[in-house]
Amino acid sequence: MAFATLELRQAEVNRDGRRLLGPIDLTLDSGGITVILGHNGAGKSLFVKMCHGLFAPDKGTVLWNGRPAVATRQERGFLFQTTPLLRRSVRANIEFPLLALGSPRAERRKKVEAALQQARLDTHANAPAASLSGGERQRLALARAAIASPSVILMDEPSASLDPASTKELETAVRDIAAASTKVLLVTHDIHQAKRLADDVLMFAEGALLAHESADSFFTRPHEGAIADFLEGRL
Amino acid sequence: METLRAAWGLVAGFDPALYAIIGLSLRVSLSAVFFSLLIGAPLGAALAIWDFPGKRVLVVVSNALMALPPVVVGLGVYLLLSRAGPLGQFGLLFTPKAMIIAQTVLILPIILALTRAAILPLKREYGELMAALDVSPLLKLRTLLWDARIGVTTALLAGFGRAIAEVGAVIIVGGNINGVTRVMTTTIALETSKGNLELALALGVVLISIAIAVNAVIYALGQIGQRYQEGV
Repeated sequence: MAFATLELRQAEVNRDGRRLLGPIDLTLDSGGITVILGHNGAGKSLFVKMCHGLFAPDKGTVLWNGRPAVATRQERGFLFQTTPLLRRSVRANIEFPLLALGSPRAERRKKVEAALQQARLDTHANAPAASLSGGERQRLALARAAIASPSVILMDEPSASLDPASTKELETAVRDIAAASTKVLLVTHDIHQAKRLADDVLMFAEGALLAHESADSFFTRPHEGAIADFLEGRL
Repeated sequence: METLRAAWGLVAGFDPALYAIIGLSLRVSLSAVFFSLLIGAPLGAALAIWDFPGKRVLVVVSNALMALPPVVVGLGVYLLLSRAGPLGQFGLLFTPKAMIIAQTVLILPIILALTRAAILPLKREYGELMAALDVSPLLKLRTLLWDARIGVTTALLAGFGRAIAEVGAVIIVGGNINGVTRVMTTTIALETSKGNLELALALGVVLISIAIAVNAVIYALGQIGQRYQEGV
């Protein structure tokens, strides 16, 4: 199975003359779940937003299958830390990416019904999305990100504001998505979540990519410096 | 008391002359609201969504025009439509069409500015999602206008309230011709000056009722909007 290939070449983000991220050279071409780890302010969110194409790097390139990330956003899904909701029903929120893609009405209806059931939101389908609880909102966000069957879904700390039960539900859903051949890039600063989910790990500190390796290797081999501090919980 | 009873008799007895005046008032003001919606809502949305050169000037001007005195609008439209004016050839002066044009000019800035104000917070709220989904400009405009529909409807009702209650513009371009261009406000002014208080009072009651109904609808829409915004 060929997965979408992400290639960063000397990608950098600078603001007000200060380098916030990079330069990063990286190739990701495997499936599964890539967990992006690091402390707050390490550049994880910036990295994942740049990889989705929410902005272009100030220097270098970010390409998916050889094409700029900025020009191919509709081919991927994106999950925000705080779910932006349209002031519409749950159903209309989940349907929206299909509207953006210009999908026909019959196809939209079919896919949305299936997504509502899978996300266990069918009983709330016509309720205002704003009336959902935190966990339900994140299930809506996941259903919305996956509705157009993207080859990749990027997630920016999706469980940051969830309780343990909702986090467990979300992690199960993330595993299901990855098992269905969708590549997942997930940002977290929770090392336990990373151990539960990761097939491979990207470790960031102060805007630099410190490591890219398989989860087995990353969590078992000895480390030094910032990675050792992070893994051992030193502040 | 006798006058009030007589006024109520006109309203409750469905006096044809009274209801003809009410009908014309509604036709003129609702038409003005319709045309202002067609022009003002997309323009207000565009001002909220996109940046372009001269945008700030446009925003300041449109906000300033909200406070236009009706008599000034009436004078401007009169000059445009009078025989010597650039649109004089169409013979619109002293017709309901001239009144519709004047009221459209009067309420267009209100609908434009309030539509912009309704869309601005939504634009911020939806910004990241729209960017993540790479939504086309047209879908963005449609989505923001539709999701701000309660605010836009409130803008329309505010425009309608201003149009139905104004007297200065319609009396200048309409002329207050009996059975042709006489509307509620101009009739009240005329009949009061003639001492015919029954008809003036009856129309006053109708105007107040319309004002209460419009405000009740605005309130109800606000409640619905809160449910979709805050989920309560």
